[in-house]
Amino acid sequence: MIEVTSLTKYYGPIRGIEDISFRIEKGDVVGLLGPNGSGKTTCMRILTCFFPPTRGRALVYGYDVVKNPLQVRRHIGYLPERVPLYPDMDVREYLRFAASIKGVKPAGRDGHIDQVMATCGIDDMANRLIRALSKGYRQRVCLAQALLNNPEILILDEPTIGLDPRQVSDFRSLIKNLGRERTIILCTHILPEVSETCNRVIIVHQGRLIALDTPQNLQEKVQMYGQIYVQYYGDDPGLEKKIAGIPGVVGVEGAEATFSGARACTIQVQKDETILRELSTLIHTEGGPILEMKKQTLTLEDVFLELVTKEGAA
Amino acid sequence: MGMWYIFRREVQSYFHSFIAYVIISAFLLLAGYFFYTDLIMQIMWTMKKVDFEKIWELFFNDIRYMLTIIMPLITMRLFAEEKKLGTIELLWTYPLRDWEVFSGKYLSALLMLCIMLGLTLTYPIITNALFHIDLKPLLAGYLGLFLIGSAFIICGVTISILTENQIVAALGTYLVLLMFWFLTWNEAVANPAAMNVMLNFSLFDRLYNFTRGAIDLKDIVFFVNFHLVFVVLAMLALSARKWRGVQ
Repeated sequence: MIEVTSLTKYYGPIRGIEDISFRIEKGDVVGLLGPNGSGKTTCMRILTCFFPPTRGRALVYGYDVVKNPLQVRRHIGYLPERVPLYPDMDVREYLRFAASIKGVKPAGRDGHIDQVMATCGIDDMANRLIRALSKGYRQRVCLAQALLNNPEILILDEPTIGLDPRQVSDFRSLIKNLGRERTIILCTHILPEVSETCNRVIIVHQGRLIALDTPQNLQEKVQMYGQIYVQYYGDDPGLEKKIAGIPGVVGVEGAEATFSGARACTIQVQKDETILRELSTLIHTEGGPILEMKKQTLTLEDVFLELVTKEGAA
Repeated sequence: MGMWYIFRREVQSYFHSFIAYVIISAFLLLAGYFFYTDLIMQIMWTMKKVDFEKIWELFFNDIRYMLTIIMPLITMRLFAEEKKLGTIELLWTYPLRDWEVFSGKYLSALLMLCIMLGLTLTYPIITNALFHIDLKPLLAGYLGLFLIGSAFIICGVTISILTENQIVAALGTYLVLLMFWFLTWNEAVANPAAMNVMLNFSLFDRLYNFTRGAIDLKDIVFFVNFHLVFVVLAMLALSARKWRGVQ
């Protein structure tokens, strides 16, 4: 669906992105992550044919963004971060304008617009001037604009900024639904959104691609050791040393008394399930009854920070 | 087709935002005043027989000054406003070619010019009901006004591409237009040879033949070239985003 080969963009002497390659298949919902100024928007602008790359090739829906920009633009829907709209138009009028330009046939145009407005939940705002809409509604009008003419590829830049929590959750389920038959690139800083909606993640940092995988694989890759959090009855700090002595335990962190007569710590272990039995037996016999014991997995946020800081230090 | 949708949106925008009403009424008010004073002055000077060709000549020159002031106000928003709002970013990701966007916007301003000039036709129509007047020089004059107005527009739209500030766009257009005007103010300092060269570039003097009822091919060619130069500049300015990479 989207194939990018060693894509490079320089703004004069300033590097935008360098040597980025990836493939996105039909039906993928891809999260494009990266710190501010890492090149996310540059990537999206190349894919939407806003400007051509300095070097490299990008194929969208089989069309080259440099040689066939009009064909590419026919197959994408773009929601820019700034949510640009014409304040002097009403919602329906604006969507009619966008639909006409995007090549929706006049015969089914109004029906199609009604359908898209219903999908985005703006059907009751059809005759309002855009000037008078709140941020959340503007966001949805702009999303509606992207959905017109049923593009196979949706590129959404920070789509949930400015929405209230209810709208955010509606929006995420909308993305999931859309993702069944379309390819979506979601660029965002809100990582839980990515873990919830995306099946693949691309992380760019300082203009380079540093990771491209499913969120689960990324977590496993970054997480070198298993983390186990235990809380147990007992007040002997010496137990932690004993725990550290078990073969397979890498270290014990954050040991503290949680309340009177109970302690907690986080144990880093080699990825090995058998150690859990040994660990719980030791704590139970030497310390006291276990209150809580859980395997901790890294959130996407941890993964992101880990990758970006590692890359930054390298 | 893309050009048509852009054109329609711009025209809607002129009328929704009341720019059209304000500018057209101001224009008509001043045009009516100028026509009245030109007519009265001629009647007072000549006492008996009114020389209508002289009246049209004066009237067309007055309209030319008004267009110089008004057209940049009409064209200043065309690209600058889209850049300010950021809507241009979306426009460039729609299946549109640069020239379609440009010509749609240019034509919308041209329609405003046609409405303004068209409404002033009431003066000759009313005059014609009272006296018999020769219509041919009148048509030449209107053609001249249309061409010079269109030249102001193409210059204004092009300069509007360069900035996101509408006031800067208008001032920039005034500056360029005034430069084409000042060219012939150098009579006192320039030698006749240099003056002759410079006269070729004077946008404003090109109207004189038209106002006297003469259509000269040289003048038409000048206006066509003027448009071509600005179209090329506009296309370059529009493609600048592709290598500069900023909005």
